[in-house]
Amino acid sequence: MEKTASMPTDTTLPPPRPSRLSRLRESDLWYSFRAHPSAIFAVALLALVAVTAFLAPLIAPQNPYDLAALVLWNSEIPPIWDAAGQWPFVLGTDTQGRDVLSAVLYGSRISLIIGFSSVMLALVVGLTLGLIAGYFGGWIDNVIMRIGDVLLSMPFILIAILITAIASASLPTGLKDVLAAPILIFAIAVPSWVQYARTVRASAMVEAKKEYVQAARLIRVKSWRIMLHHILPNCLTPIMVAATLNFGLAILSEATLSFLGVGMPPDQPSLGTLIRIGNQYLFSGLWWIVVFPSVQLCLIVLSVNMIGDWLRDALNPKLR
Amino acid sequence: MIAFLLKRTANAVFVMLAVALLAFVIFRFFGDPVEMMVNEQATLQDRIELRERLGLNDGFVTQYTRFVTNAVQGDFGISYRNQQDVMVLIKERFPATFELVLVATVISLVVGIPAGVITAVYRDSRLANILQLGSIVGVSLPSFVVGILLILAFSVSLGWLPAFGRGETVDIGWWSTGLLTPSGRAALILPAISLSTFQVTLVMRLVRAEMLETLRADYIKFARARGVPARRVQWRHALRNCLMPVITLTGMQIGNLIAFALVTETVFQWPGMGMLFIQAVTFVDLPVMAAYLLIVSFIFVALNTLVDITYAWVDPRLRDDTARGDG
Repeated sequence: MEKTASMPTDTTLPPPRPSRLSRLRESDLWYSFRAHPSAIFAVALLALVAVTAFLAPLIAPQNPYDLAALVLWNSEIPPIWDAAGQWPFVLGTDTQGRDVLSAVLYGSRISLIIGFSSVMLALVVGLTLGLIAGYFGGWIDNVIMRIGDVLLSMPFILIAILITAIASASLPTGLKDVLAAPILIFAIAVPSWVQYARTVRASAMVEAKKEYVQAARLIRVKSWRIMLHHILPNCLTPIMVAATLNFGLAILSEATLSFLGVGMPPDQPSLGTLIRIGNQYLFSGLWWIVVFPSVQLCLIVLSVNMIGDWLRDALNPKLR
Repeated sequence: MIAFLLKRTANAVFVMLAVALLAFVIFRFFGDPVEMMVNEQATLQDRIELRERLGLNDGFVTQYTRFVTNAVQGDFGISYRNQQDVMVLIKERFPATFELVLVATVISLVVGIPAGVITAVYRDSRLANILQLGSIVGVSLPSFVVGILLILAFSVSLGWLPAFGRGETVDIGWWSTGLLTPSGRAALILPAISLSTFQVTLVMRLVRAEMLETLRADYIKFARARGVPARRVQWRHALRNCLMPVITLTGMQIGNLIAFALVTETVFQWPGMGMLFIQAVTFVDLPVMAAYLLIVSFIFVALNTLVDITYAWVDPRLRDDTARGDG
């Protein structure tokens, strides 16, 4: 990854270890990043979306969850550039007087958190199970991979819908809304860990047979230590690309589930919920209620996918 | 070959049995079937009798075996919500979903293949760059957002195309088709486009990657050296060799399209299996949910197995299990 530091002329002094920042700036990845305007654009866009989303309580004109802040005669105001638009409702308001811009900012925050957490959960589960399956082999490998096969034999979205549907059917109403986000995170993580597990298992199987692992075993290094410190770092590159692309997919899945009505409830709306609500007013001319959350969702997924695509090419040794 | 065939089929059967187990657990343990089926006035005696009649007192294995046997024969029980045979409900809705998926697949091939060839052949042209950008946008647009935007543009603003429903349908036996009436065809356009966006980009990316590889092959150079016109080499000689993976992808994606159709069907109020499933989810109509899960997974697994077997038949190297990377 990193270019080797130039050898110092004075051999008596050890060369100072370059700082993390300078190592990053010397890396091929950084070079590739600067050479790809689309990657820079995507990172900037995602950063803008993420910062505005997480600062939502500070910068949003209104708290969309605070029912007292909603004033009914401020409802159905079009965006500011329309003749009937009113300050501060830049992107207009919905039928209950909720500011669309604030709702989009808060909604993005929920969407990003759920997407990120489900990728992390799937990563932890997938990497652990994949390492165990590949390193130990035998019956435990068989069990883990068969479960994976069964999960992959059902369409992704169907598994997620079934999990959320069953969870909300078996939980009492009060608890259901409180647990909506964790349920979604779980529902999206369940069908997606298999991909990581398969990737890691394949390289763990190869690495486990190599001499350095045999040597480590001989000096009684613990199994988990071999897996974490020696095998895992060898397969992080494909995992990183897959995780980035899956982050986009997870946000998309969350939005789809919320749109279908099995995701976030209307009182803590994600982008998908906002689109679901706005969809009801499609034929009454209130286009802004549905269009702005949709645009925001597309921007997030687009920027994540562009970063994923760039990473895949930049980290692919064949394309260097 | 026979050994491979048997192994692959046994694997598919195992996966289906596992999915059936999942469907059975959902059906049996999330909500009490008796409570769902009787009305408020039913006495305790009625409930006990019904429980006995449904065989809910039998052992787990007996019940599971019965569930699988019934499912194989197309018997998924009675819907809790409208007291109809689940299989009859699904049979009624299946043609709508099938036609939607079929038309979306055709669109994805008709648009995706030429777009893929163009981006591969004229790599750095402006058109290719626009198509490439379009493909990444296409992957990032959620299908329901595409649907909503299409409705907003072509139904609400322009008023050209219907935004919901299936239009008029004609019955041929038990199959009801919307392809034979003008209103049926008009109603199909927007849902099919919105379902196919993702698929188009998938086909396009695959064709592009395959074409880039094929165009470097020796036989292409020979054909060019022999004086065969460039266009003929690209669209006939090269493209033909790229079509096999495209057919595979299309086959394997049909299961996904059927599942994803439920999103499109919700947006366009399309009376297909997916709408039936979403309604079943809202009303916790477990027999319908279990049946849908089983049928879609079956189509999914059957197509994947068929594709694998066809591949092994065409390419003997794949019959050896150790050569397969994913195990």
